[in-house]
Formats: sequence, C-alpha cells, structure tokens
Amino acid sequence: MNRLTLLALQILVGLVGLAIWHVLTVYPVLGSPKQIQFFFSTPGAVLARTWAEMTTPDIWGHLWITLQETVLAFLFGAAGGIAFGFLFARNALLAAVFDPYIKAANALPRVVLAPIFALWFGLGIWSKVALGFTLVFFIVFFNVYQGVREVSPVVLNNARMLGLSERGLLRHVYWPSALTWMFSSLHTAVGFALVGAVVGEYLGSSAGLGYKIHEAESVFDVTGVFAGMLILTVFVIVIDAVVTLIENRLLVWRPQAGGHG
Amino acid sequence: MGEIGRQDGGDRPGTDAVRLEDVAIAFVLKGGKRYVAVEHIDLAVRPGEFVAVVGPTGSGKSTILNAAAGLLKPASGRVTIFGDPLPGLNARAGYLFQADALMPWKTALDNVAVALEPKGIARSEARDRARAWLGRVGLADFVDRYPHMLSGGQRKRVALAQMLIRDPEILLMDEPFGPLDAQTRQIMGNLLLDLWASNRKAVIFVTHDLEEAIALADRVIVLSAGPAAGIVGTFPVPLARPRDISEIRLEPLFHDLYKEIWSCLRVEVSRAYAAGPA
Repeated sequence: MNRLTLLALQILVGLVGLAIWHVLTVYPVLGSPKQIQFFFSTPGAVLARTWAEMTTPDIWGHLWITLQETVLAFLFGAAGGIAFGFLFARNALLAAVFDPYIKAANALPRVVLAPIFALWFGLGIWSKVALGFTLVFFIVFFNVYQGVREVSPVVLNNARMLGLSERGLLRHVYWPSALTWMFSSLHTAVGFALVGAVVGEYLGSSAGLGYKIHEAESVFDVTGVFAGMLILTVFVIVIDAVVTLIENRLLVWRPQAGGHG
Repeated sequence: MGEIGRQDGGDRPGTDAVRLEDVAIAFVLKGGKRYVAVEHIDLAVRPGEFVAVVGPTGSGKSTILNAAAGLLKPASGRVTIFGDPLPGLNARAGYLFQADALMPWKTALDNVAVALEPKGIARSEARDRARAWLGRVGLADFVDRYPHMLSGGQRKRVALAQMLIRDPEILLMDEPFGPLDAQTRQIMGNLLLDLWASNRKAVIFVTHDLEEAIALADRVIVLSAGPAAGIVGTFPVPLARPRDISEIRLEPLFHDLYKEIWSCLRVEVSRAYAAGPA
C-alpha cells in the first residue's frame, strides 16, 4: 500500500470517529442532546475549547510544570535505576539479599504513594517527581540489571582475552550493554514519568495538566476534561517523538535503529 | 583474575610456547553429575609452530583451547606457557572465537583500537594503528562500519585484526571460519597464512574440517570421541610453505596425508555418532 492511501485511510478513521461522536451528541438519537452533551460534550466544543486553551498563555505554564516534573522524574529515576541495576548485577550477594524487598516494592501500586509524597514533599513539583521516580526507577533498574547480567559471554570472554581490566570491561562491555537495554525501555520509562507527574497533579496540586483536568472535572465541565485530555495526548506524542530522535542517535549501531522497544 | 605480566625475555631456550601435561577438564552438570570432557592430554606447541586440532563433535576440542587460554581451569594436570605455570587468563595469547565476539556497539575501527587500551597506548595512536591493521586485512574502506553492517567474513577479518594488533605470542583459534561459506573460508585461510608467515607465532587451530587442518598446519592432532576424550594421533604435515589453500588440495602428498589422518579420525567420528545423533 502506498503512503498516500495509508494516510488517507488513517485520516478517514479519525473523521468517521468524530462524525459518529458528533451525530450521537448533537442529534436526538439516543435521547435529549442536552443531557447527552452533559456527559459526552461534542467534538466541535472540545476542539473549540482546546484551541481557546492553547491560545491563552495560561496553559503553557501548566505544560511547563508537567514537563519539568516528567523530565526530573525521568532523570532521577533513570540515574537511580542505572546505579542500582549495575550494583546488583555485579554483586550477587546484594541482589540475593534485597531480592524480596525489591519485588515487594515493585508489587506495590505506586499510586497509593501519592498522598504520602504530598505529605512529605508538599503540593509543589517534588511530590510528583517522587511519584514518577518510583515508577521510572524500577523499569530502568530491571532493564539495566538484565542488560548487565545478559552480556554475551563470547563478547565478554573476547574482551577479557584482549586484556581489558575490570574497569575496561565496565566501560566497553557492561555499560554499553546496559544502556542498550535501558534505551529499549526508554519509551516506557518516559511514559511512566509522565503518568507519575499527571497522576500526582491530579491527586493534589495547584498547577500542571493533571490539575487542569481535575479542575474541569470537579465542576462537571466535560468539555474541559476532554480538551485537557487532547492537550495531554498531543504533549505525549511530542515527547515520544523527541525520545525516538534521541534513541535513533544513540543506537546507530543497532541493526534496526528506531524500532520501538 | 591474575594474569601473566611478563611480555618477553627470560624464556629458557627450547621452551614450548604452550604445554599441557596430563590435563583433564571436567564440568559439573545439572544435578551434580560430573562430566569429564577430556583427560590425559599431553600437548606441546613450539614457538612459531602451527598445530591444528581435529576431532568429532563433542570431543572437547574447544575445551583444550580454553584451558590454554586460561578461560577454563583444568581439574588436574599442568598448563605452562613459555615454561611458566598459567595462573589465570593467558595474557600472552590472542583468541579468535567461532561466534561473533566483536562489540556490536563499536565500529570496526574502535573494536580493533580497544585491543591496544590495556597496553596503555594513547587513543589517537591506537586508532592509527587499528586503521593500518584493518588495511592489512583488506577492510580499509570499512573502518567506520558497525559489525551488523559487515558480512560474516568481514567480521572475521575485524576479529583477526583485533587479535593480531596486540602482537600476542600465541594464537588460539576455535573453529574461527566455521560459520563462513566454503569460498570465504579459503580466502580467510590464505589471509591467515599470509599474516602468520610474516610474523610466526605458536598457533593452536581447532577445526572439524580435516582439509582445512592439513592445509594450514605443521602438525595435526586427532582427538577421540568424548566423553573423556584424549589424543589418538599426531601427524606431521610436511607440505612446503608458502601454501595456497585452494591449490594445495590438489597435491598428491595432501591426498596421502588426508587418507592417513582420516582413517584415524573416521573411527572416532563413527563412535561419536554411535553415542548419539549430532
């Protein structure tokens, strides 16, 4: 199938979806449109609201806050995950001793930590960063741990026979291997950083996209909720595109660079 | 892991580069059962001598190589390198693996240059020398390629350059050309002989291909079928050097040698197949 046909079909699916939404909410098909619109709004109203939001400076402040929280949660989570992943992979005793605690900590649904983080770190960005951290940390940790443990034994033996010291092995073999695994989970990790930020904002804050959505919801402003979701979606797509760009640059040596992990 | 630090000098004259004395190597299998791969191995390789080791699958050919490399510790017996017992990894040996052993995240150039890092050679000089070595193995135009962008034969060339740039005194090769097609194997064999002829090292070359063994080596060692494999034959190869691998197969002496060694090897191969399908 050529690109143009595919693109046309993709657009068609979107338009059909919007059309169905429009017909069901504007015309009295399922009941009184006024009542239906209270629950589902209309595509026209959502788009108009989104446009209105995007053209006010207010929303950019909220986006900036959410972006900050996402980036900080990712950076801290990734740094912690790499450090501990390395440490545990290279130290079998440590890994064995801490194994049940790591499993337990990872089993805990992280959302329940949000209130306690709000209590510890306040309602500003740091409670959201903390929530995002707990999500990102484990993804990166497990991937780096796996990456270091599953270094190809042939590559490792070869590097040893070349006379590389333990430090040399770390630099030339373990580290790049761990990074590969980390990058393969980059999309997931960044996604979770964002989830941490938005959920944190939703549960208690005075700024950010999650706050905007919560604010609209608390006054039954369904149009506002949908508009917030649309902005959030666009935001995620942009971030994901940036991640793909970074990934393609860093993993040039991989057979099919850019394949989503 | 300890290493032999000494690079050269002080070797007693007439000392063997690699010497295995009554070496046995065993593994503990799952369930605690002990599997003896090879035993009573006596093998001496002189400096500058090219020795090929052939044997049926599962005869422990690689095991012997790994003992000489220090990657495996023998259960009993002695391994000496230029007269010194081997305490850990064999720092005086280079190893060419059968599987792809290049670092996939490094270009051909960096893969070769990294081999000079343990010698404390500056990065820029290491890269210059790596470039020269890649030229010698015919890859001057491929220095910036990553391993996945190279063919199997080209990857072997990079691995060869990576091993030889350190100028090791002993070369250990574990079916290095096994995964390559027949023509590429011959080309690689000739390349190896060319490089070796210009700077003769002690070589232990493991292969399951008897023709390849005779064409390359000064001496062919035949291993028996495992478990508890041992050496069942040693055959000198008095073919003149320099040799051309694709031509030498046509010589009558080559045929005679092949017949003689094969009659020894055939027994072991059929024993290996009788023990279980390959």
